[in-house]
Amino acid sequence: MGSNSLHVLKGIDFSVSEGEMVAIMGSSGSGKSTFLNILGMLDEADEGAYMLDGKPIKNLNEKVAAKYRNQFLGFIFQSFNLITYKSALDNVAMPLYYQGVKRNVRTEKAMHYLEKVGLGDWADHLPNQLSGGQKQRVAIARALASEPKVLLADEPTGALDTTTSYEVMELIQAINDEGKTILCVTHEEDIAHMCKRIVNLKDGKIIDDSFVKQVSAKASANV
Amino acid sequence: MFNIERWQEIFESMGKNKLQTFLTMISVFFGIFILVILVGFSSGIENGVRSEFEQDATNRLSVWTGRTTKGYKGLNPGRIIQLRNGDFEEINRKHEEDIEYKSGLYSIWGAEVTYKKENGNYRVEGAAPDQQFIENASMISGRFLNQGDIDGGLKVAVIGQLMKSELFKEEDPIGKSIKVFGISFTVIGVYSDPGGEREEKRAFIPLTTAQRVFNAGDKLRSLVYTVKMSDNFDEAVALSASLRDQLEYELKSKHSVDPEDRSAVRVFDTLEEAKQIYGLIDTIRAVFWFIGLGTIIAGVMGVSNIMLIVVKERTKEIGIRKAIGALPSSIIAMILQEAIFITAIAGFLGLFAGVGLLELIGPQIDSDFIKFPQVDFNTAMITVTVLVAAGALAGFVPARRAAHIKPIEALRDE
Repeated sequence: MGSNSLHVLKGIDFSVSEGEMVAIMGSSGSGKSTFLNILGMLDEADEGAYMLDGKPIKNLNEKVAAKYRNQFLGFIFQSFNLITYKSALDNVAMPLYYQGVKRNVRTEKAMHYLEKVGLGDWADHLPNQLSGGQKQRVAIARALASEPKVLLADEPTGALDTTTSYEVMELIQAINDEGKTILCVTHEEDIAHMCKRIVNLKDGKIIDDSFVKQVSAKASANV
Repeated sequence: MFNIERWQEIFESMGKNKLQTFLTMISVFFGIFILVILVGFSSGIENGVRSEFEQDATNRLSVWTGRTTKGYKGLNPGRIIQLRNGDFEEINRKHEEDIEYKSGLYSIWGAEVTYKKENGNYRVEGAAPDQQFIENASMISGRFLNQGDIDGGLKVAVIGQLMKSELFKEEDPIGKSIKVFGISFTVIGVYSDPGGEREEKRAFIPLTTAQRVFNAGDKLRSLVYTVKMSDNFDEAVALSASLRDQLEYELKSKHSVDPEDRSAVRVFDTLEEAKQIYGLIDTIRAVFWFIGLGTIIAGVMGVSNIMLIVVKERTKEIGIRKAIGALPSSIIAMILQEAIFITAIAGFLGLFAGVGLLELIGPQIDSDFIKFPQVDFNTAMITVTVLVAAGALAGFVPARRAAHIKPIEALRDE
């Protein structure tokens, strides 16, 4: 970015073990999204090392990065980022297409994950025929379809109302219970407390990193 | 390349940009269409001109004489210069090594020819046996004149195909007797001439006979030659031109004609003419290709443009694809394939429309200088290659741009 380069992250020492569910919190500008993007190999750190599943992630060319993303990571975005002209099923099948999975296997697998997020009946709907919560659930199904080791969620509930947010978090908790590692960027306290560990970022540094007692999203929704 | 998803995506993308895609296809369509029509017509012109020249041998030299228009060496203008057997023989002797075929001609225009009750006016030419090759005539039946006919001054005639069908209808004319101004001639052959109608309404009779029966003495109306051809076209043209100059010079000095007098002695050099016309055809063809390719380039720019729009509109989508594991190569392939597909479909439609139109109107064009405008297989293949290459070129820049999209930037929330 030329002369306007800005050091967003200033030395982060952080590790996550398998099966954890970590909330990354911080005010805007604290560097939490940049942090997540580096973890997601969408961005690269200027300095330092990043090990994923024992592999150093450094100086990747686009091809290898694409492969790793596909193998290891599932993304969930605040604005869902579904492909608008594809049905829910086709959206979920997308990562599998890039893995080179055969068409019928792909469809079957995608359907399985759609059912898992409770949208089996909406398979043929286009994203704009779905509610916000439903869209996010399709996005979650898509993130799961490639069977990644880590799920990276960037403000997954940022565009949703409280009730829907809790429903989505309930789903994410369920996925975590099955053993998936989840990193979730959020600025909402209640959402953060639905994770098992909260990392607080401020001005590019970790100011607090503590394990918390997980609040059940299901229970919260029923209050 | 051939997976259904890719094609589905191409159609979805085209469907999203219906109007742009349609307009682009139209411009590519017309690019190819116009190229095909232009190329077709340039080949039509070539065919037309070539057939004009095929009427007679292309290496033909003809000598005509007329009235002097300038006084020279004390002689008044207005003298008639008359060619005679002597001129013919003298030239033959002098230029023997440069001349291939030769004939002195004595012709009667509009002679009345009768067979039984049928009659008509035809050109009757006294000629030598070589005339067959000079005229590019081929025999349909019987034979052409031979030296025996000449030596004996026989009353025999070789008639054109059209003349035969007018006088004899279905009847076999060989051995039958026709009357020219009441004098009987025996038909010994029928010829056809690539020059068509005009050249097939003629009869050839031995020169000696013509001079005798028409009381011409040793007079000749004109002399015709073909120049010996060398393998090198330019050399042949040069030889032909130099022979023309020599004949003109010799005849003019022999008959005391002013060297500047253009109407008294004229030597017409077909080869020189042919060379000029062929040069012109080459130029026309080059210009047509240039215009045609220019039109295609304009169309291809359209494709490139629309692909840039597509990439721009799909920046976010491409970012998503990359985030979930799409390789840059698969993004490039997607954009490139769409560009090639649009160009190819529109281009092939243009190609077929152009070829179709040529097929349709081609046979109806009956001009001396445009014959059978058409696109041959090679040209069509070249056009197709140009098309696919153009499509790939059109898609390349946008595809590269798409491949360089950073997912992080594409996905940034506005």
